[in-house]
Amino acid sequence: MCATCGCGSDVVTIDGTDVHAVPGHAQDHAHALEPGHDHDHQQDHAHDHHHDHAHNHPHHHHDAPAAPGRTVSLEQNILAKNQLLAERNRGWFAGREVFAVNLMSSPGAGKTSILERTIRDLGEKIPISVLEGDQATSADAERIRAAGATAVQINTGTGCHLDAHMVAHGVERLGAPRGSLLLIENVGNLVCPALFDLGEHARVVVVSVTEGDDKPLKYPHMFRTGQMLLINKLDLLPYVRFDVQRCIDAARQVNPDLQLRLLSAETGEGMPAWYDWLLAQRALAMDPA
Amino acid sequence: MHELSLATAVVDACAERAAGARVLRVRVEIGQLAAVLPESLRFCFGICARGTALEGAELEILETPGRAVCETCGDTVALSSPFGRCACGGVLRVVSGDELRVKDMEIV
Repeated sequence: MCATCGCGSDVVTIDGTDVHAVPGHAQDHAHALEPGHDHDHQQDHAHDHHHDHAHNHPHHHHDAPAAPGRTVSLEQNILAKNQLLAERNRGWFAGREVFAVNLMSSPGAGKTSILERTIRDLGEKIPISVLEGDQATSADAERIRAAGATAVQINTGTGCHLDAHMVAHGVERLGAPRGSLLLIENVGNLVCPALFDLGEHARVVVVSVTEGDDKPLKYPHMFRTGQMLLINKLDLLPYVRFDVQRCIDAARQVNPDLQLRLLSAETGEGMPAWYDWLLAQRALAMDPA
Repeated sequence: MHELSLATAVVDACAERAAGARVLRVRVEIGQLAAVLPESLRFCFGICARGTALEGAELEILETPGRAVCETCGDTVALSSPFGRCACGGVLRVVSGDELRVKDMEIV
């Protein structure tokens, strides 16, 4: 268990090293995150408040008379700790003018290929760094480095998603430069990553035409949380039974505000429209006025 | 699979607040649209609670129904999935059923 951030993740590794063996973790992390401080404060507050409440309204369960317990009210979001860390990440990004994007999809939709092409096409205009999330191997981080960006691989072990805490450690290791674009490739999974705020500015969902065009209806939570849908592998459209309009209708049914771009990371078709959106969002986030 | 992360978060939050006391029962509120399987959460909770102040504690899950309001006609509609269309054709906004909360716990 990490004394500074309270995490007990002995299976999560960053570039093959335990998250807490990352150089400078102890002091940098404590300084940058200080989650213990806020957490204690929040707890004290909740404790005082709810102590009075419990006192005024004792709540005994009639079905457990043998062990009369005291009811302590918590009334907190189950993901409160992740959200607190996500806010910390947001502050970290804002302080360094880093624009962070969380890319999510099922395995094999082409997230890494989209990133490779994006790095090759945009890398000279803007510094790009990448956090790669996978259960195992550093294969994707190596692909990203070969494309010309700095990358850190987070291996979640048995974990099925990235959380704000892993990202905090990842960016600490990555040292994303001021004004850079941080692309976070989540673990390939259309379910779990939907629940976890990483502190990112934008959430992008990728589907490919080799999947079913009803994916948005089957995995509505994921498509609800995104701002942008990329429909990838457009070059394969003549060979598969994928109805683009049906997919768009399904996505809009789940999330009427979802924007979308059709593209092929393989041929480059449609990529400029994705870059335009990315750069426009970044400009908005960096200069909200 | 994210139920394991959620169960861990519930156990951590309760164990911290219990400050050494034993926890007999925990009540959580899970919205029916929150993409969480109650049985899976219960299973994971039992495992995560081992060796903590929550070992053997009962997990009571209160399921809250999905509800949405139509942006066009203003009607409130019951929902079983996190999207849908109003009978009038309007777009629905989910107003409840997303909850993931630890409500309270009983300690001795």
